[in-house]
Amino acid sequence: MSNNTIISAKNLSLTFQTNDGPVHALKDVSLDIEKGDFVSFIGPSGCGKTTFLRVMADLEQPTGGLVTVNGVSPEEARKARAYGYVFQAAGLYPWRTIGGNIRLPLEIMGYDKADQAERVKRVLELVELDGFEKKFPWQLSGGMQQRASIARALAFDADILLMDEPFGALDEIVRDHLNEQLLQLWARTQKTIAFVTHSIPEAVYLSTKIVVMSPRPGRIADVIESSLPKERPLEIRDSPEFIEIAHRVREGLRAGHSDE
Amino acid sequence: MRNLFPVLTVVAALIVLWYGAAVWLNTPWAYDKAQRAGVELSTTELIKDTWSQKKPKLPAPHQVTREIWKTTVEKKITSKRSLIYHSWVTLSATLLGFALGTVLGIALAVGIVFNRTMDMSVMPWVITSQTIPILAIAPMIIVVLNAVGIQGLLPKAIISMYLSFFPVVVGMVKGLRSPDHMQLDQMRTWHASAAQTFWRLRLPSSMPYLFTSLKIAMAAAIVGAIVGELPTGAVAGLGARLLAGSYYGQTIQIWSALLVAAALAATLVAIIGLIQRIVLNRMGMAQ
Repeated sequence: MSNNTIISAKNLSLTFQTNDGPVHALKDVSLDIEKGDFVSFIGPSGCGKTTFLRVMADLEQPTGGLVTVNGVSPEEARKARAYGYVFQAAGLYPWRTIGGNIRLPLEIMGYDKADQAERVKRVLELVELDGFEKKFPWQLSGGMQQRASIARALAFDADILLMDEPFGALDEIVRDHLNEQLLQLWARTQKTIAFVTHSIPEAVYLSTKIVVMSPRPGRIADVIESSLPKERPLEIRDSPEFIEIAHRVREGLRAGHSDE
Repeated sequence: MRNLFPVLTVVAALIVLWYGAAVWLNTPWAYDKAQRAGVELSTTELIKDTWSQKKPKLPAPHQVTREIWKTTVEKKITSKRSLIYHSWVTLSATLLGFALGTVLGIALAVGIVFNRTMDMSVMPWVITSQTIPILAIAPMIIVVLNAVGIQGLLPKAIISMYLSFFPVVVGMVKGLRSPDHMQLDQMRTWHASAAQTFWRLRLPSSMPYLFTSLKIAMAAAIVGAIVGELPTGAVAGLGARLLAGSYYGQTIQIWSALLVAAALAATLVAIIGLIQRIVLNRMGMAQ
């Protein structure tokens, strides 16, 4: 654990008690996320990738091991509003405008009115939704709604962005576009991003570090440091380097399934 | 306009059925009269008689309509015989009872949603309260309140409230709990307080449920107000008209009070429906 470690998990375990007996969602998971990292979590359903993210966000309580976020417990980090969380669905309130939705966390956190307006304007520009402040969610496409929800997570000063399959429900073309935008946004804001996905190309394209997970019990099968440059045009996906990393991810996923 | 045709068809069918039933139910009395007078009735005469008796078993629609016309348009509204006067008496108790019931219902629902003890303890009592026949409890409320010097509008409104708070509690508990896990988790990630979650998420989310409940509550409130008028010695109100009508066998009066009560309820529910449409449209929640 270096000075730059933002999120650190040590021997983390989480067991859900269900009617069919205990389910080991996470078992002995250890991982360090450095400042400025873009870490993807990939794996089949039930591998605990979303659970891991939710533990970092203090939305689930681990049954064993230790997690720190910014050097403190997830609960303290949450109360200090250390992270923005983007869910699978945009979850915008239909009775609020796009601007109103982005203002929602700012109102809750007690930012003053002028500051709120300035921040809403700034993050809308960041996700290229300027001019949509007064529109209602139903007037936007699914991809634009998800961008608005990312803007909402960026509106307050959190250095960490936790994203749980944010583009899972969108079609391939929209997803490509949003991936490109997300990389630019990450480069500009210097945030530390933890990103859960089902898609191998998405994980490889976005990440500096890819965490391959496998199920029953949920554990880390492989951690791949990406050798791709920071500057990544979409065409990089056809490069031998990209294909090599994607291959290694696929191998890792297959290895996790070998016990079935 | 698209909805008008089926509605009119049903109304026409009901009116035909009603006239037929009037003939069927009033025939024995028509024959009785004819026999005593020693005359034979032709079919036309028989039908004419069944549709124009003074105290028929079932008055024909035009008799009821004429009675309503006489007691609304042709009477001054200050008259004790004006149905508008009686409607207002009932309406004022209904509206006050509805308002009290709505406030009580929302307050209980908030308590149930936010307080585990209330969740466990209050709901069974709320349900039990509705299993007691309102006819049994209404006179008690009137008598008890009278004993402490409360008379007039308030006792009736309280009976009305007793019926109308129930759908509001049930609907609002469901409505305030309608935000899904993701929305509540989202609030948690922002470290929002319970009050912030209530005002910004739970309350707006409950609006569709609230309006559905309010429609049922309004219909229940008018029933409560009418029932509340029965034990007051039949002074005023649509309930009083119903009771007086049944004392003196004035079936036409009963039916006209009944129809006016139904029209009143329909109008009130329609008004809530209209407000519901406007509010939910503005909130982007119209179904």
